[in-house]
Amino acid sequence: MLRESTLNIVIASLLLLVPVAALFLDEPFFITLATKVAILALAAVGLNLALGQGGLVSFGHATFFGVGGYSMGILASHAQSFTPLMEVPFLIEGTNSMPVIWLVAMIASALVALVVGALSLRTSGVYFIMVTLAFGQMFYYFTISWPAYGGEDGLSIYVRNQFPGLNTLDPIQFFGICYVILMLALLFVSRLNNSPFGLALAGARQNTERAQTVGINTYRLRLVAFVISGAITGLAGALFADLNRFVSPTMFSWHTSGEIMIFIILGGVARLYGPVAGAALFIVLEHYLGGLSEYWHIYLGAILLFVVLFAHGGLIGTLSKKERRHA
Amino acid sequence: MSLILLVEQVLNGLQFGVMLFLMAAGLTLIFGVMGLINLAHGSLYMVGAFAAAAVAAWSGSFVLALIASLAAAAAFGALIELTIIRRLYDRDHLDQVLATFALILVFSEATRWVFGSFPLFLDIPDALSGTVMLPGGIQYSLYRLTIIVIGLVVAAALFLLISKTRVGMRIRAGESDREMIGALGVDISVLYTLVFALGAALAGLSGALVGAIQSVEVGMGEPVLILAFVVIVIGGIGSIKGALAGAILVGLTDTLGRTMLPWAFTTFMDASAANTVGSALASMLIYVLMAGVLIFKPNGLFGSA
Amino acid sequence: MPDPILNVVDVHKSFGALKASDGITLDLYPGEIHALIGPNGAGKSTLIKQIAGGMKPDSGAVHFLGRDVSALSTVERARLGLARTFQISALAMEYTVLENAVLGAVGQSGGAFRFFRPAMKDKALLARAHAALEQVKLTDHAQTITAELSHGQRRQLEVAVALTLSPKAFMMDEPMAGMGGGGSKRLTAFLRELKHEAPILLVEHDMDAVFALADRISVLVYGKIIATGSVEEIRANPEVQLAYLGEEDAS
Repeated sequence: MLRESTLNIVIASLLLLVPVAALFLDEPFFITLATKVAILALAAVGLNLALGQGGLVSFGHATFFGVGGYSMGILASHAQSFTPLMEVPFLIEGTNSMPVIWLVAMIASALVALVVGALSLRTSGVYFIMVTLAFGQMFYYFTISWPAYGGEDGLSIYVRNQFPGLNTLDPIQFFGICYVILMLALLFVSRLNNSPFGLALAGARQNTERAQTVGINTYRLRLVAFVISGAITGLAGALFADLNRFVSPTMFSWHTSGEIMIFIILGGVARLYGPVAGAALFIVLEHYLGGLSEYWHIYLGAILLFVVLFAHGGLIGTLSKKERRHA
Repeated sequence: MSLILLVEQVLNGLQFGVMLFLMAAGLTLIFGVMGLINLAHGSLYMVGAFAAAAVAAWSGSFVLALIASLAAAAAFGALIELTIIRRLYDRDHLDQVLATFALILVFSEATRWVFGSFPLFLDIPDALSGTVMLPGGIQYSLYRLTIIVIGLVVAAALFLLISKTRVGMRIRAGESDREMIGALGVDISVLYTLVFALGAALAGLSGALVGAIQSVEVGMGEPVLILAFVVIVIGGIGSIKGALAGAILVGLTDTLGRTMLPWAFTTFMDASAANTVGSALASMLIYVLMAGVLIFKPNGLFGSA
Repeated sequence: MPDPILNVVDVHKSFGALKASDGITLDLYPGEIHALIGPNGAGKSTLIKQIAGGMKPDSGAVHFLGRDVSALSTVERARLGLARTFQISALAMEYTVLENAVLGAVGQSGGAFRFFRPAMKDKALLARAHAALEQVKLTDHAQTITAELSHGQRRQLEVAVALTLSPKAFMMDEPMAGMGGGGSKRLTAFLRELKHEAPILLVEHDMDAVFALADRISVLVYGKIIATGSVEEIRANPEVQLAYLGEEDAS
């Protein structure tokens, strides 16, 4: 049995070593797979803050993933067609600068999370699950029926966006960007979980009435957590769009919400590195099982069922013995 | 917009609403009695539709097809209840969501494996094809009218079942007090299996009936499932009455919104822009309705606090 | 006489035909323990909820520290210094004892929206939490997971969390419930000291404890307070004996 912190270092190192090895073995495909792991893990790190720490079972995080993706798609498509995004009341141009896109993606998804969260958090339990799911579906249908940015067909961006001083088209350099962002997000979330805010958030998960009777406004607490969570997942959406150079309504689909949740359960709920381990396991399964059978979702479903019913701590819970605790 | 078109759309909305009710009633019953959120309910809808399409193709009989849909969905429902679902009653909602999501993956892929990726078609039986003349000179599809009637009959039967029969009494007792029902000497696990199978059968019937006007394909249950959730949030969880009211409300809002919004926008926009904006907004309308209910009645129209 | 800390004025609350609170007026003065007793179903929990803020009265008002708090939420009343302990322990069971106490300190300091400093290394929060644990003699268990505490220890922790709020008044819902004789005695002695820090509105079934502790007792029957007075007055009150104590003797 390993300590969880040791295991975390192993996971972080593996995620770094695999693409570096692939670079030397000239297997660029594995770099792309590792990039995908890093981005999907980032999306799940966002959800894990709400779900693991806060106990908010959001089945609508595809919303923020999609808003982040479309932030990138819309800004970059205007940059590639040299048309302004809007002219009245003031001029907004598209851009292909990654930092600007990331900022916009995070702000946009935070704002959407603020509205969705403000409404959804009026409910709790099973209602909360259904409401977040429904709002996600609303965005899905809206992007399908709104033709300006590709509608159902989605939107292709022909050249990857720029990052100052780097060649983003080089797979290992783009991986580096995603990896650094993931590590920063993990650092941020771990600080957050240990802060008074995180203590209160996990305390409210365990006993809402207790948190309220010591004077903590649990509604506002959870709303803030939901907004931060949405912004992180939104940032992942923007990176995912840049990885594929393509955005489509699928990013908003409820299967996406389900998959982000699967990463967490596979890795271990409320474990700091759970999302990373889970996303990596998912991509490995997708790659190898997908290669064995075109019906690989049957196996995925069976594995998921097994983990939920019998292996509750996920990968990290199985490999380390530490009690499930807040960070 | 002509009155005839309006009446026709109202009827379409009702038809959509009663189908949503069949889905939502099962979901809300299962939640009310067992405290389970079942995402795989949409898969049971799909199972019903495929069973109906397969039996109709083999026997040529629509009635047999409907019976098959009820039987297949109930059987699958009972099967997953006995093997998997009952392990989830004591788990938290996250586990329930993930496990039933896993069931969707398995069900959908298995169906694709057995039936292939192409949609199947289930024909409207000859006896129900064509239109009927309603009072006021309105022509309306006989089949859709039949669906409305079937839906309302099922709703009435469900109310009677729950308010008047011994099984219904047990269901109500289960909703209010699980300990008590055990004390009454009722075999609670049998009751749970029955309730789950009943909910599954309703979903299967709904899938078969809708299958004849849409195509029967993998994943067909998922959009309906999410709409049924919207219905439940609006109506209030655990309440059959709420499910009926919510379903009709959602059915009418969605159907009327899709015809009337684009039309309403033409009054101050050119036709193609009105169509675009109107349709896009119409696709969001029921969610806006849901948001409104959440603001004013967070526990739904018929939900208890 | 000083002004009351807590003042419940003519509170009414009905559930259908059932009058759970039927014109209740009650006050709590500095330095006293005011016990609220009454048979099961008399409406004690309903009253507690209305005082704490979890339930709104149909009519009437709750005043705290001289201001009308009827419109304030549980959270806002807690922030003003109204500390509550629960009949069934409401604690964060995955947390250690110390973390539960720090949680109280976080609420008290209004610091739930501080995002970067680790809470468990914050000197001010820790000092407040340790002081509270010290007071209830739980210091030795600071690192114990709350779920592993005995029943009596959980009651002590409830009180400690309330203490972290530096409350102006305590509202305790059956703090003796389920405690052994020894624990009950220790808690009695403790509460007798505590009332000088802040007065206590005590809802309690353990009559020995009530008679040993209370400065005043109010008797609630069917939503009405039928008598308020000193221990001797209540003991001697025939109406109380009939409605409540007689029942107790019979059982």
